[in-house]
Amino acid sequence: MTNRASLFLVLVVILAAYAGRLQAAPSPEVSNFALGNGLEVVVIPDRRSSIATHMIWYKAGSADEPAGKSGLAHLLEHLLFRSSDDSPAGGFSSVVTMLGGDENAFTSNDYTAYFQRIGRDHLETVMTLEARRMSSLALTDNDVRVERDIIMEEYNMRVATSPTARLAEQINAQLYRDHPYGTPVIGWPREISTLDREDVLAFYRRFYVPNNAVLVIVGDVTPEEIRTLAEKTYGKVKPSTQLELRIRQRGPQTSEPGKLVLADSRAQPSLRRSYPVPSYAVAPAGVAEALDVLAHILGGGSASRLYRALVAEAPLAAWASGAYESAALGTSRFDLQASIEPGVTFAEIDSVFDRVVADIVREGVTAEELERVKARLIANVAYAQDSQELRARSYGVALTTGATIADIRSWPRRIQAVTSEAVRDAARIWLNNGSSVTGYLTNEVSIISEKQE
Amino acid sequence: MTALENFARNIGGWIATAIIAASLSCPAAALPIERVVSGSGIEAWLVRDPSVAFVTLNFSFRGGTSQDPADKTGVANMVARLLTEGAGDFVAQTFHERLQAKAVELYFSADRDRIGGSLRTLIENRSEAVELLRLALAAPRFDGADLERVRAETRAILRHESVDPDAIASARWWETAFDGHPYGRPLRGTFASVSLITKDDLIAYVRNVLARDTLKIGIAGNIDPAGASELIDRAFDALPAKAQLSRLTTASPQTLGQHIAIDVNVDQSVVLFGGKGIARNDPDFMAALIVNQILGADSPSSRLFKEVRVKRGLAYSVRSTLMPLEQSACLLILTATRREHVGQTTEIVEAEIRQLEADGPTERELTEAKSILNGSFMFRLDTSLEIADQLVQTQFEERGIDYIDGYSARLSGVSMADVKRVAKRLLGGPLLVTVVGRSKDMVPTNPR
Repeated sequence: MTNRASLFLVLVVILAAYAGRLQAAPSPEVSNFALGNGLEVVVIPDRRSSIATHMIWYKAGSADEPAGKSGLAHLLEHLLFRSSDDSPAGGFSSVVTMLGGDENAFTSNDYTAYFQRIGRDHLETVMTLEARRMSSLALTDNDVRVERDIIMEEYNMRVATSPTARLAEQINAQLYRDHPYGTPVIGWPREISTLDREDVLAFYRRFYVPNNAVLVIVGDVTPEEIRTLAEKTYGKVKPSTQLELRIRQRGPQTSEPGKLVLADSRAQPSLRRSYPVPSYAVAPAGVAEALDVLAHILGGGSASRLYRALVAEAPLAAWASGAYESAALGTSRFDLQASIEPGVTFAEIDSVFDRVVADIVREGVTAEELERVKARLIANVAYAQDSQELRARSYGVALTTGATIADIRSWPRRIQAVTSEAVRDAARIWLNNGSSVTGYLTNEVSIISEKQE
Repeated sequence: MTALENFARNIGGWIATAIIAASLSCPAAALPIERVVSGSGIEAWLVRDPSVAFVTLNFSFRGGTSQDPADKTGVANMVARLLTEGAGDFVAQTFHERLQAKAVELYFSADRDRIGGSLRTLIENRSEAVELLRLALAAPRFDGADLERVRAETRAILRHESVDPDAIASARWWETAFDGHPYGRPLRGTFASVSLITKDDLIAYVRNVLARDTLKIGIAGNIDPAGASELIDRAFDALPAKAQLSRLTTASPQTLGQHIAIDVNVDQSVVLFGGKGIARNDPDFMAALIVNQILGADSPSSRLFKEVRVKRGLAYSVRSTLMPLEQSACLLILTATRREHVGQTTEIVEAEIRQLEADGPTERELTEAKSILNGSFMFRLDTSLEIADQLVQTQFEERGIDYIDGYSARLSGVSMADVKRVAKRLLGGPLLVTVVGRSKDMVPTNPR
C-alpha cells in the first residue's frame, strides 16, 4: 500500500533481511563459469523483463579488516560512489541515472556488493564502468574526510539513536570476543574517525580483484553473450597473485552464560538471547537445515511457539521472534528476542525462553508443525522468482559465504529431509545457555506516562 | 592509462553526448493489462505472468484512518491488524497455522485514505488462500483475547513512537498542519483512544468501509482471466454493495511559516519541513514530480543530496517527497544531522528551495530527472507485488487502463517552461518546520 522504503546508496546489511539465504529459485537454466583471470560469473535468465540486474560481489567484508580499522570495508563502499575521476558524463552514478537505471550497494561481515538495475541493452556500459572501478580508484583526502562525516551521521541514525541497535552491537561484541564478527559492520566511531586514504586504498588493492569477485547477472540474456561481454570488460582486469584464503577463526567457546544490561531512558524494554551456532558453511551435514526449521518453529511469525508462549497465551510481550543467521563464512548466530510488557520481569521472559527450548529438547516437534514450516520455507524458493534483485542476492550471498550452485539447487530437498529428531538434536546441542549471551534493554527511569496526553 | 580505462572514458563521453542530444533513451513502461469483470460484476485489473508459480492479489477500499471516529482514533489500524487474527470457525492460532501450512501471505494495512490488503499464494493453494481472505473480510472474529493482544501491541508501538525522533517530528507536523481535520489525527491513535476501542467499533468500521463500491483490485501472476474472475467473486462477493463513509472536507496545510522546536535528548536532530503540494489530478502534477526529483527525491543527483550530503557531509539522509492525498497535497523534506549543524543544514535546504524556485533547473537536470522518474516508474513494476499495487493505485486515482503505458510519454511532454512555472508554484510558499533534538541553533518563532 505504501511505497517500499528505500535507503539510498548504502545499505549496511548487518542482519539478514530474510532468513535462509539459499532460497534462490534453483532453475536448471542458471549457468556459471569463470574467466581466465578468476572472476566467477553466474547468469540467471529472466525472460519476463527488458530490465537486467547486474551485481558484482567482492569476497571482502568487515571481518576482513585489519585490527583497529573497523568500518573500512563500509567506508570503501561509500567511496566507490565518489566520482572524483574526470569521466565526461560525471561519474558512474550519473551514467547509470542518465540511462534510466538505478544502483545501490551493501556491506556485510563477509562481502561487499554493488548493483545496478538497467535496460538489458545497457549491460555492456555498466560492465565497462564497473570493471574500470575494479581496476582503479581515484580518491582525495577530502573525499575520505567528507565521507567519514556522512558515515558518522549514518551511525547516529542507525545506531546511536536506536537503543535496540546498540544492544545488538554489545551482544555481538560479547558473543564474538576476539572474533571479527564482534565488530560492527559500520565500525566503532573512534576507529572510523581515524581511517585515511591509505587505509582505504590498501584494502581496495588487496580485495577488489577479479579472482576475489563474483559477477551475477539476471535478465533476458544468454550465457554466451554475457561471457563475451565479461571477457571484453572484466576480463581485462589483472588478477592478484597475493590473495590469501579467508580464515574465520573458530567461534566463541565459553561455558558461562553471558549477560549484559543496557539502560536508556528512551528504550522500549526488550531482551535478546544469542547463541553461537554453525552456519551453512561450517555445519556438519543436515545441521544448518535443522536450525533453519527450528528457527521458524520457535519464532517465525504468529503461529510460532515463542509467539504463542509470550504473546498469545500470556500477556508477557508484545512481540517475540527467533531467527537463524544461516549465511556466514564462520560461526553464525541464533537469536531469540522479545519485547517486555510493563510490569513483566526479564526473569519471566528468560524462563519462558528456557521452557520453550526445553520442550523441544524433551519432546521434539510435532509432525504438523514440521510439515507446515517446511512448506513455508520451500515456498520461498517459488516466491524468490518474483524479484531479480532477490534472486541475484541469494546467489551472491551463497557464493561469497562458502556455498556452491549445487548447494542452492539441493536446498529444498535438504529442508524436506529434516526430521523431528534432527530439530530436537539441533535445539539440544546448539541452544545451550552455557555459550549464550543475553542482553537486557531497560529504561530504568521511566519517562513515559500513558496518561501524558 | 590502461586500454580498459580508455575504453571506459570513451563510452562515458559517448553516453553524455548521446543522452544530452537525444532525450530519453530508456524503454517505456508497457504492461499488458486485462480488465476482468466477474460474474457478480466485480472488476479487477490483471497482468498475467505464466512463468511464475504464484499469484498476487492486492486490493483497497476508500476510507483508511480518516474514517476513524473522532474520539476513537486508531480503529482502522486495529481492524487491519485484527482481520488476520481469526475468522469464521478458525481462531487466531488456527488461522495463522493454515496460512503457514499453505505458504499463504496475507496482510492488511491502513493509511490516511485507504484500507487494504495483499494476498500472495502458490497457484496450487489458491483455493485455500482465497477462502482465508474471504473469511477475513466477511467474518472476522475480533475475539476478546485477540483484541486485547493487538491493543497491547499497539500501545507498545505508541510507546516507541513517543520517544522516536522521526515519529515525534512527523506527529507534530501533521497535528499542527491539519489541526481539526482527520488528516491531523495520529494514524494509530493515542494511548487514551486505543483504550476506548471496543469490538463494536471494529465491527462498525468493517460494515461501513469494507464495501464493493469503493473496492479496487489488482492481480499479477500465473492466472488467467477466468481464474481471476473466480478468485475475486469468492473473495469479495459477500461484502455489502455500498460503503457508508463520513465525508471529508478538502484541507490545506495550516500554520505554515512556523518553526517548532521539540526538545528531546538525542545525539542527532531530525528536521522535517513541509508545505503545500500539488494534487494528483492537477494538470501540473507531472511537472511537480520533476521539480521534486530535482530538488531532493531519492537520488544522488538531487540538489539537496549534493549540497547537504556529498559536498558538506552534513547528513546521511536528506530527501523530499510529494505526498498527494485525496483531500490535500503536501511537499515534505526530511533530514537528520548532529545538533550543531541544524542551523547550517536548515539554511542550505531553504536556500536550495529558493534558488530552484527562482531560476528553475538546468537542461541537464531536467533530462536527468525525466530519465530517473521514467526508470523508477519501471522499477516499481518489477515484481508481482509491485505490479498489483500499481494496478490498485491507478484505479484508485481513477485513471484509465492505458495510464501506465502512457506514463513515459506524459513525462517527456513536460517542457522546461512548465517546470519553471511549477517550481514557483510548488516552492514559493512558506513551510512549517518541526525540529526534534537538543537544538540551540533553532529558535522557535512561535513556541508551543
